[in-house]
Amino acid sequence: MAILVDEKTKVLVQGITGNQGAFHTSQMIAYGTRVVAGVSPGKAGQEVHGVPVYETVEEAVHSHGANTSILFVPAPFAKDAAMEAMAAGIRVVVVLTEHIPLHDELELVAYARQRRATMVGPNTFGVISPGKCKAGFMPSVIYKPGPVGIAARSGTLSYEVAATLSAAGLGQSTAVGLGGDRIVGMSFVDALALFAADTHTKAVVLVGEIGGTAEEEAAEFLKTMDKPAVAYLAGKSAPPGKRMGHAGAIIEKGRGTFESKVKAFKAAGCAVAEFPWDVPNLVAEALKDR
Amino acid sequence: MKLYEYLAKEVMGKHGVPIPRGRVAASPEEAEKIAAELGEVAIKVQVLAGGRGKAGGIAFAATPQEARDHAARLLGIQIRGLQVDRVLVEEKLKIDRELYLGLTVDTSARVPLVMASTEGGVNIEEVPEKYIIKQHLDVHMGLYPFHGRQLARRLGLTGSLARQFADTAVRLYQVFREYDAELVEVNPLVVSGDRLVAADGRLNIDDDALYRHPQVPRTHEGTELELRVKELGLAFVQLDGDIAVMANGAGITMAVLDILASYGGKAANFLDAGGGAAIEPTARAIEVLLATNPRAILVNIFGGITRCDDVARALIQVKNTRGIPVPLVIRLVGTNEEAALSILRESGLTAFRSMRDAAAEVVRISHGPGGEL
Repeated sequence: MAILVDEKTKVLVQGITGNQGAFHTSQMIAYGTRVVAGVSPGKAGQEVHGVPVYETVEEAVHSHGANTSILFVPAPFAKDAAMEAMAAGIRVVVVLTEHIPLHDELELVAYARQRRATMVGPNTFGVISPGKCKAGFMPSVIYKPGPVGIAARSGTLSYEVAATLSAAGLGQSTAVGLGGDRIVGMSFVDALALFAADTHTKAVVLVGEIGGTAEEEAAEFLKTMDKPAVAYLAGKSAPPGKRMGHAGAIIEKGRGTFESKVKAFKAAGCAVAEFPWDVPNLVAEALKDR
Repeated sequence: MKLYEYLAKEVMGKHGVPIPRGRVAASPEEAEKIAAELGEVAIKVQVLAGGRGKAGGIAFAATPQEARDHAARLLGIQIRGLQVDRVLVEEKLKIDRELYLGLTVDTSARVPLVMASTEGGVNIEEVPEKYIIKQHLDVHMGLYPFHGRQLARRLGLTGSLARQFADTAVRLYQVFREYDAELVEVNPLVVSGDRLVAADGRLNIDDDALYRHPQVPRTHEGTELELRVKELGLAFVQLDGDIAVMANGAGITMAVLDILASYGGKAANFLDAGGGAAIEPTARAIEVLLATNPRAILVNIFGGITRCDDVARALIQVKNTRGIPVPLVIRLVGTNEEAALSILRESGLTAFRSMRDAAAEVVRISHGPGGEL
């Protein structure tokens, strides 16, 4: 098993005719993902790497039963595209786009709640269930199938962690990027709830960073979860008041500090790795204790 | 992006939020002229920083001549490290009470949040939570007059003031939504006799939404170098250390800074070269690093959509054109790693495979031959 996506997932690619959309469609297909349709307004009737292109999500869902959508759509049009997907009944919408306006994200989160849809992102690398399905642009070679779930706010840092896990023989059930923005659809808590219910996942790695309170909320949830978790947090040395690349990575008015997050995780019995390369040992230890 | 007070108030005024009479002045003469129209005035420096009253940036004048003198004194000085180019000259308000009203986004609940208090004024940051009323809003519903009435009632306002408060809350929410605000705030919202007036105003607009607000004047915050790098579309923060850092991805760049700090080094900057950056932008980014005059440079690339060979080519390009006068420590793994390593080798450069070894090496170099620093 896995969370969010697996070998049965029928993926729709919105923005499939663009450079990025087309390239990563080929990569996802090569990985074994069932990409069933694409949508690009004004480009209906074409094929991209053998995938039929439609004008609307509604038609793609109707004709192919797509249940998960991945967006390669520029920021000014991303809200419209994600809304269209949710309105058409798509269950999981993966929004890769960076720089989506904050107020658009507010509206997307509100509509996702109303539709009981899951929005992954925005500003994420996507989600991958190794050996089953890749819905994103992550370098798939670093992942191996296995028992560790990964939820991360940042892409490359989670690649680093995934690669060290794989090298240590600790494969992954699913790795999901939550996104680096201030407001994202799926939170650490949402991801943990799915991993908790997934029989294949034996331990979870959380890759967090300064800013916001998502890690503190995750720590609260961990107190009720009976699977072990290990965290790595970036931004220990970051100065307050400065946005560290991600819109959400900022210490404001004493909120979102590294210390607060470490304290919360430790109080929940969750080991916090000092360095990314310490994660596999901590996971192995946590699994041994069970 | 933060707006100056006078611009924030201009926007609020347009949306029917009551603001004091007044205008912005860039010279003592202008300040004098405005004061002549208004009578007794407040003169307030326009800088993108809070706490300017405590820093001496606000003065009061009873006559136009006094207004001119204050403006002459304030224009050109530095308040909280920022140069004063303009002052806002506006009617001096009789202040009976100071309220607070603000709208922002609760990033935890992921909904708009309205905040109100009867304890407004310069010390709002220190006001205990229990004196600040917070109410979540539904973004698809907005802030209705009834929300405003509820807030007024919870603040203990009655009669005409309650009505004015509710109306102001509705109008401020319109500003919040229409301007893609991260924060819109009136502090203090002054009770002056029988009227409410926004004595100070803040409006911070989401950078990612600026494209749909071309009419809003742009303000610029940050060091000269930070502004230059912003033009390149890269995420950059200047720090005070001596190891220049470039990595790909915000999280890994933060992690690199942390690792350097743990090893006893100090980073000169945060620079996220982004995912999948091509040769030219990467070369530009390396040139930015050199501009910080570092003792050493650390390049850490985990190639996913970023191709290691592109990074290697960019490094060689800069080395061969303008030269890299300081030690360069490279860590490359991932996509096209082998090609990258052979490109580097041809130019006499090597690369580490582990982040740990690269970080240790660059810290060692930065401490200098005698372990100085």
